[in-house]
Amino acid sequence: MRAAWLPKLVVAPSFVLALLFIYGLIAWNGYLSLSASRLLPNYEFAGFQQYANLFESERFHVALSNMAVFGTLFVGGAMAIGLVLAILLDQKIRAEGVLRTIYLYPMALSFIVTGTAWKWILNPGLGLEHLVQQWGWESFSFDWLVDPDKAIYCIAIAGVWQSAGFVMALFLAGLRGIDDSIVKAAQVDGASLPRIYWRILIPSLRPVFFSTLMVVSHLAIKSFDLVMALTAGGPGFATDLPATFMYAMAFSRGQIGLGAASATVMLALVAAIVVPYLYSELRVKK
Amino acid sequence: MTAVSIRDIRKVYGKNTVILDDIDLEVASGEFVILVGSSGCGKSTLLNMVAGLDTPTAGSIAIGGRDVTHVPSKDRDIAMVFQSYALYPNMSVAGNIAFALEMRKVPKAERDAAVLRVAKMLQIEHLLERKPGALSGGQRQRVAMGRALARDPKLFLFDEPLSNLDAKLRVEMRAEIKLLHQRTHTTTIYVTHDQVEAMTLGDRIAVMRAGRIEQLDTPQAIYERPATKFVAEFIGSPSMNLFACERGGDGLRAGGVALPLNDAQRAALGASTALLYGLRPENVTLADHGVPGKVIMVEPTGPETYALIDTALGHLLARAPGRLVQRSGDAVQLAWRAEDAHLFDAKSELRVA
Amino acid sequence: MNRLSVHRVLLWAALLLFAAWFLTPLYVMVVTSLKDMQQVREGNLLSLPSDPTLASWAKAWSSACTGIDCGGLKPFFMNSLLMVVPAVAVSTAIGSLNGYVLAKWRFPGSEGLFAMLLFGVFMPMQVVLLPMSQVLGWLGIASSIWGLILVHVIAGIPSTTLFFRNYYVGLPDELVKAAMLDGAGFWRIFTRIVLPLSTPIMVVTLIWQFTNIWNDFLYGVVFSGADSKPITVGLNNLANTSSSVKEYNVDMAAAMIAALPTLFVYIVAGKYFVRGLTAGAVKG
Repeated sequence: MRAAWLPKLVVAPSFVLALLFIYGLIAWNGYLSLSASRLLPNYEFAGFQQYANLFESERFHVALSNMAVFGTLFVGGAMAIGLVLAILLDQKIRAEGVLRTIYLYPMALSFIVTGTAWKWILNPGLGLEHLVQQWGWESFSFDWLVDPDKAIYCIAIAGVWQSAGFVMALFLAGLRGIDDSIVKAAQVDGASLPRIYWRILIPSLRPVFFSTLMVVSHLAIKSFDLVMALTAGGPGFATDLPATFMYAMAFSRGQIGLGAASATVMLALVAAIVVPYLYSELRVKK
Repeated sequence: MTAVSIRDIRKVYGKNTVILDDIDLEVASGEFVILVGSSGCGKSTLLNMVAGLDTPTAGSIAIGGRDVTHVPSKDRDIAMVFQSYALYPNMSVAGNIAFALEMRKVPKAERDAAVLRVAKMLQIEHLLERKPGALSGGQRQRVAMGRALARDPKLFLFDEPLSNLDAKLRVEMRAEIKLLHQRTHTTTIYVTHDQVEAMTLGDRIAVMRAGRIEQLDTPQAIYERPATKFVAEFIGSPSMNLFACERGGDGLRAGGVALPLNDAQRAALGASTALLYGLRPENVTLADHGVPGKVIMVEPTGPETYALIDTALGHLLARAPGRLVQRSGDAVQLAWRAEDAHLFDAKSELRVA
Repeated sequence: MNRLSVHRVLLWAALLLFAAWFLTPLYVMVVTSLKDMQQVREGNLLSLPSDPTLASWAKAWSSACTGIDCGGLKPFFMNSLLMVVPAVAVSTAIGSLNGYVLAKWRFPGSEGLFAMLLFGVFMPMQVVLLPMSQVLGWLGIASSIWGLILVHVIAGIPSTTLFFRNYYVGLPDELVKAAMLDGAGFWRIFTRIVLPLSTPIMVVTLIWQFTNIWNDFLYGVVFSGADSKPITVGLNNLANTSSSVKEYNVDMAAAMIAALPTLFVYIVAGKYFVRGLTAGAVKG
C-alpha cells in the first residue's frame, strides 16, 4: 500500500467533478434563487423575494398539490401492485421468467414513449372512450385527460404502469432472499400460506420496503418526462408538477430566479426523504 | 540465512484497542514456527505485519538481517498461503502459479520450467490447465502452496491454510506441509487456531492470547511444562483437568482431600495461597486406592477410552488405553503421580511447579 | 399442490390479467402504427388493422414534422446514437476505476467520498440545470452533442461508481493481498485480476447506462441545440406538434422507433437489467 497517492489520484477527478458539478452547482443555483434574475442571470442579491413569489404563485400551489396527489397515487399504486405481483410470482409458477419479463419491460421504455402511448390510449375521442363505446356502452365517456381536475390521475395511471414492475423486481428479490428454512419451520408449525405471508414474509421485507419506498418516492418528485409527454402540464397548468414548473419558469418564461427557487424546493423535498434513509443505511453498514 | 526478527511490535487501533502488545519473536533460519491461539488473539495481525500487509504502530521487523518494517510486501521476497487460498479465478492453475514470476519479468521458458517443477512436487501436473473453480478444496490448497513454492522465497507464511478442509483431508495436508518443509528448509511462520496442527507441525510454538505471547517453546516443552494456566488448557486435547486448591498443612488440599505433592513442588509453593492443580487425563488412572469418585460418562474412541468421574475435587476426565471395565454409575478410585501435576498460582495464572 | 385447484386458477387469472394490462399499450402502439388514419378512426384501440401498412413507420422515420423541420426521427436517432455511445463508455470506465479504488484501496475519507457521490444518484437534476447551462455556454459546447455527452457522463458517474463499488466489495480482499505479495501493483491488479472478474457488473452497468441515457428527456431538452436533439425530444416534438391533422398512427410508429433500441437490449439481456435495478436500489 506504499504508493498511497495513486488510488487517491485516480478518484480525484471524480471527486473534483462531484464537488464542482454537484455541490458547486447546487450552491450556485441556491444563489440564483436568492437573486433577482429574470431572463438573464442577475447577481444582485434579492433575499428571499423569489421564494416569497414562489409561495404566492397560484401555479406553484397547483404544482405542489398535484405533487401530493400524484405522489400518493403513484407511490401507493406502484408499491401495492408491485408487492402483489411479487407475491403472485413467488408461487412457483412455471412461466415465471416470461411473466417477469412482461411485467418489467415498461421500465426499459423512456417516459416519453410511455407518455405518448398513454396519451393516445386515453385520447378523449378515439382512445379508451371510443373503444368502450364500440363495445356497447354507448354512453361511456372518458375525457379525464383533458379535464383539469382529473388529468393528474391519468399521469398517475401511466406512472404506475411504468414502475410497478420495478417495485415487483425489488420485492421479489427480497422475498427470494429470505431463508427458506424459516418458511419450512412455519409450515411444520402448521401455518397456512396466507398466514406465512402475513406474519413472516411481509414483515421480513421491511428493509426492502423502505429502500423501495425511497427510490419510488424520489422518482415521483423528479417526474418531468412523463408529464411533458402526456399533458405538457396542461390543460393550462392543471397537471403541473414542481419539475415542469421549474422548467417552464427557468427556460420558457424568463424567470430564472423563480425557477432556481423552485428547484431548491425540489431538492429539499428529495433530501427530506433520501438523507435520513441514506444516513441510517450507511450507519448500519459499519 | 533467513532468520526473522520481530522486535517490540505493537499495534493499537484508535486510542485504546491494543491488538498486539510488545511482541518479541526470533525465528531461526529454516525453522518452522507456529503462532497459535483462539480468534482475536492477534496471530493473523502479526502475520500480516511480517507480510507487509499491515503496518505496526511501533516496533521493527527484519527478514534475513534486513529491516523490512517499511518495505512494501512485493519487495520482501516472501510467499503467503491464505485461508481461502485466494487463487485468481480467471487464470488457470499454471497461470496462478506463474503469476508472481510474471510480475518479476521472468522469461517464459524459465516460468514454465518453474511451474512444472512445482507441479511435480505437489502432484498437480494433471491440473495445470484447469481453472480454480473446477478444483476440489484439497487441490486448491495444493495450488496455493504451489504458487508460494514457485517463488522460491526466503520466507513462507501460512494463514490457517487447513481450516477450510474436512477433517480427513486436513490430516493428509498437514503431513504434506511437513514433508515439504523437510525438503525445502524454507523458514516458515504458520498461523492456526488448531492446537493439534501446532503440535505436529512446529519446531517451536508461540501460544498467543490477547496480543501477547504466553509461551514460546518446543511442542514437547509446552505440553509437558505449560507456563501459564491458559497454555495448559489450550494445548492438549482433551483439556487438562484444573481445579482450585488451597494451602493446608504443609501441602495442598481440595475438597477435603490432601493432594499428592513431591518435595520439589512443595518447595516451589512459596508465598502463593490460592493455587490451581492441573492433571492431564492420561495421567489420571483408575486404581485400587486414591481419590474416590463415581463414573458419570464413558466415551470409547477406539484406541482408548475417556471416563468422566465425579469426585470431591470436581469432574475429572481420565484417559485409559483400550477398553474400560467400568460403566456409568460405578464407584472408582483415582490415582496419579505427584510429578505429573501442574501447579499454577490462581491469581497470576503463572506456573509455580 | 393440486395444479387445478381453485387457488391456482385464481392465481393464473390474476397473473394473466396483469400481463394483459402491461402488454396492451404495446399492442395498441404496434397495431395503431400499422393502420392508416381511416382505419384508426373506423376501428378502435384494440382492433387489428384491416389493411396493415408500414407507411406511418416510413413517415415517422423520414418525413414527419417535428416542429419547423419535417425530416422525421432519423436525425434525432442519429444524435442519440452519437451521444449514447461515448457517454456510456466513459461513464462506465470511470465508474469501474472509482469502484475499484473505493472497494479495494480504502483510505481515510474514501467512505465520505462515496457518500458524496451517492448523493448525486438521488439529487433532482433540476437543481443544477440552470448553472449547468451557463457552464456549458462558457465551455462553448452548449448547443452541441458534446454538451449532452459531458452532462450524461457527469450525471452517470455516481450511479456507475455505486454499481462497481458494491460489486467489488464482494470480491475477496485476499485476492488483492495475494496479488500484492506476488508483486503486482495498483494497475496490474486492476487489469489482470479485477477487470477479468468484472464481466457481470460491466454488462449490468452498460445496459443500465444505455437505457437511462437513451431514454433521457430532461437533459435532452435543456442542453441541446437545434442540431443535437436526441430522439426523446424528437418524439415529444413530433407527438405534440400542433399541425392541422393529428396522425396518431405516425405518433405510435415514432414511439416504437424510439423504444426499439432499449426494448431490444432488454429482451436480449433482461436478467442483467434486473440485476442492475436490484443492485442499485437495494444496497448491498
